[in-house]
Amino acid sequence: MADAPSLTRGRAGPDVAAFFRRYAALAALIVLLAFNFAVTPHFVSLQTLNVNLTQVATIVIVSVGMTLVIATGGIDLSVGSLMAIAGALAPLIFLSPFGVAHPALGDLLAFVLPVAVVGLLGAFNGWFITRFQVQPIVGTLVMFIAGRGIGQVLTNGNLQVFHNPTFQFIGLGRVLGVPFQVIVMLVIVGLAAWTVRRTLFGRHILAVGGNERAARLAGVPVARVKRWVYAISGLCAGLAGLVVVSINSSSDANLVGLGMELDAIAAVAVGGTPFTGGQASVIGTLIGALLIQLLRYTLLANGVPDAAALVVKGVIIAGAVWSQQRGRTA
Amino acid sequence: MPTSAPLLVMRDIEKRFQGVHALAKASLEVQPAEIMALVGQNGAGKSTLIKVLTGAYGRDAGSIDFSGRPIAFASPQEAQRGGISTIYQEINLVPFRSVTENIFLGRERRRFGLLDWSRMNAEAADLLRRFDIAIDVRRPLMDYSTAIQQMVAIARAVSFKAQLVIMDEPTSSLDEREVEVLFDVMRRLRAEGVAVVFITHRLDELYQVCDRVTVMRDGRTIATRPMAEVDKLHLIAAMLGRDVEAVRGHATGFTAAAGPAGDEVLSAEGLRIGRRVRDSRLDVRAGQIVGLAGLLGSGRTETARAIFGADPPDAGSIRLMGKAITPREPADAIAMGVGYCSEDRKADGIVPDMSVRENLTLAILPRLVAMGVVDEGRQRAIVEKFMKRLAIKASGPEQKIRELSGGNQQKVLLARWLCADPKLLILDEPTRGIDVGAKAEIQSLIRELADQGLGVLMISSELEEIVEGADRVFVLSDGRTVADLPHAQASARAIMAAMAHEDAAATGEVARG
Repeated sequence: MADAPSLTRGRAGPDVAAFFRRYAALAALIVLLAFNFAVTPHFVSLQTLNVNLTQVATIVIVSVGMTLVIATGGIDLSVGSLMAIAGALAPLIFLSPFGVAHPALGDLLAFVLPVAVVGLLGAFNGWFITRFQVQPIVGTLVMFIAGRGIGQVLTNGNLQVFHNPTFQFIGLGRVLGVPFQVIVMLVIVGLAAWTVRRTLFGRHILAVGGNERAARLAGVPVARVKRWVYAISGLCAGLAGLVVVSINSSSDANLVGLGMELDAIAAVAVGGTPFTGGQASVIGTLIGALLIQLLRYTLLANGVPDAAALVVKGVIIAGAVWSQQRGRTA
Repeated sequence: MPTSAPLLVMRDIEKRFQGVHALAKASLEVQPAEIMALVGQNGAGKSTLIKVLTGAYGRDAGSIDFSGRPIAFASPQEAQRGGISTIYQEINLVPFRSVTENIFLGRERRRFGLLDWSRMNAEAADLLRRFDIAIDVRRPLMDYSTAIQQMVAIARAVSFKAQLVIMDEPTSSLDEREVEVLFDVMRRLRAEGVAVVFITHRLDELYQVCDRVTVMRDGRTIATRPMAEVDKLHLIAAMLGRDVEAVRGHATGFTAAAGPAGDEVLSAEGLRIGRRVRDSRLDVRAGQIVGLAGLLGSGRTETARAIFGADPPDAGSIRLMGKAITPREPADAIAMGVGYCSEDRKADGIVPDMSVRENLTLAILPRLVAMGVVDEGRQRAIVEKFMKRLAIKASGPEQKIRELSGGNQQKVLLARWLCADPKLLILDEPTRGIDVGAKAEIQSLIRELADQGLGVLMISSELEEIVEGADRVFVLSDGRTVADLPHAQASARAIMAAMAHEDAAATGEVARG
């Protein structure tokens, strides 16, 4: 019959595929590094490392949240817009009369409030999707569109320029020579990888993505898990928004986080997390983001224009998806 | 019966999937202008037989003659052009497009290279008028009720000049009035000389509209009879593979209960759930295996899911462990000490990409957690204990569950609940699709657990399981509990009589053997 008992399959087949899927991006990253060591002038320097890591940090932070969302079988299109909201809120707070009068408290609130607000908007995404059984791509499309509008309304569409070393430490500061946002990035990656692997919440994410109906019948609070991953995705986006405006010393709600959702999705795809849900590779996402970043850097450093780099990026994503599909059917 | 040459003769059809026989010596003969019922349990091979006929599957052996000529359609489309149209359970039309478009999909009328909408609309309206249906054919299909959509599907089938229309459970989503309309259409088709093969699980419907019935079981055709010559009891007996009079020897891994039943763990009364369940009632005591019997579609699974909180009931009361409580979510029932192994392992049971370890501990995971972190030492200990106790064959706890055989997957799912130490375990078809050895193992395990004080509610389509395994049997028919039999009275005959009783009473033609 159609559901005839499937006999125990040999372990070799799927495992080779899984290995390939898991390490393809890492192998490509190593090859690319080797290429750069050999070819690109001045590649081996702390500055090159810092430039690349600084540029990639925000993408990684957002991609980590995206990885968790995708692991539940969803997707979050709103991250770029949420970055814009957080980026617009922070200067509004520390530039406000209250923030100027109480700089310490103002700077603290400028960190905490925007991230919290954006986290709540993420939770709203999750609530909207679970309450009305909306497809995640449509549910978060609402916030993708409305979010950027909110950011622009907050600032009347104006560019906010500022100079606030305390606040901007998140984007410009260094600890022992390491850019602060890189540390933030590593902490978030480590925390997320640990959460997925070791915590109840992490296992529930994978169960929901792996078989939502079975998870519910096993008592997993499916709706709550989903609301949390979208909230976490929002929190990550909020943090990334603060980093971006700090680096720029200005906030433009029209531009902050523009196209970020697609960069994050690309990093997750290249990192080997399947879009069908049920699996999450946070480290893979980190590698995926690094690969895309380094590829772009390599091309630019060797005189290839940015437009051509975009094409190569597309090819890389196609390659990643191809290797994933091979992994599934092999 | 007409004595003219048969329209369709399928003889000695064989079909294997990966070496397993889905059809062995299946046959089907249909006369022109007759309505033939095709019945059988789930997995009897009805759908496979139809798919072989329409070319969706190839056949491994056997012959098919249609209108006196041997045929071998390569696809359902080819069968449609050849005069055989199929209407499936799920309507496979395009909901967003207009009724007309759906009827003419794939063979649009053209004029000067453009689509001739006025002509197509007129033809579609004419076609539907033949079935007394007057609707605006330009509106999207989804604007209409399921019954109308069903009619559009039939109209489309007929417009292919079909000589044979196959309807695979067309009534499962229709209400009573809509079913009447469908039956009218079927009779009209018959009057026009079209033959119909009608697959359904609702036996009383057969008597209303069918001329003859073909019964299938285990991939074979068991009998073909004029409808008027077979009563429901014998029909059910043929479907289930039980001789009405015969008493067979011990066929399962069940033994008798070791001791008397304990306290009540479940009591449900007057459950009404959707369209399927109107008034179901049952209770289970500790240490007792309660069987829930009934034909497919009688509301067994719906009742179980309601008790577990997966689909809360519209009406009725549930008492769990002596407390009046109606679970709204599975988590509520689990907190009360209830476990549920669903009938569809793949869709509702396993998380395929997760390991045996994680699947086994999915339900108790919250209890293995300190400060949100899973205690993997305790988790591993539990997994090892239950893999040993249930003799789960896997390369190890880290093997992915999808790589296991059906029987071993089922054991993991049983262990998922056993390790939670439940007071009530609901098992929906616990041995379906499992090889014989594992089946007896699981059956004796269920008894062992009950003897240790677990209350078990077991749904099964296999009469042996119910007759030999259950200490008490509730029989559902058409969404109502129609019998409550203690073990001593729960013979196959008594259960089948109970299943047939409600049907017979409903149609008013009582014919008891």
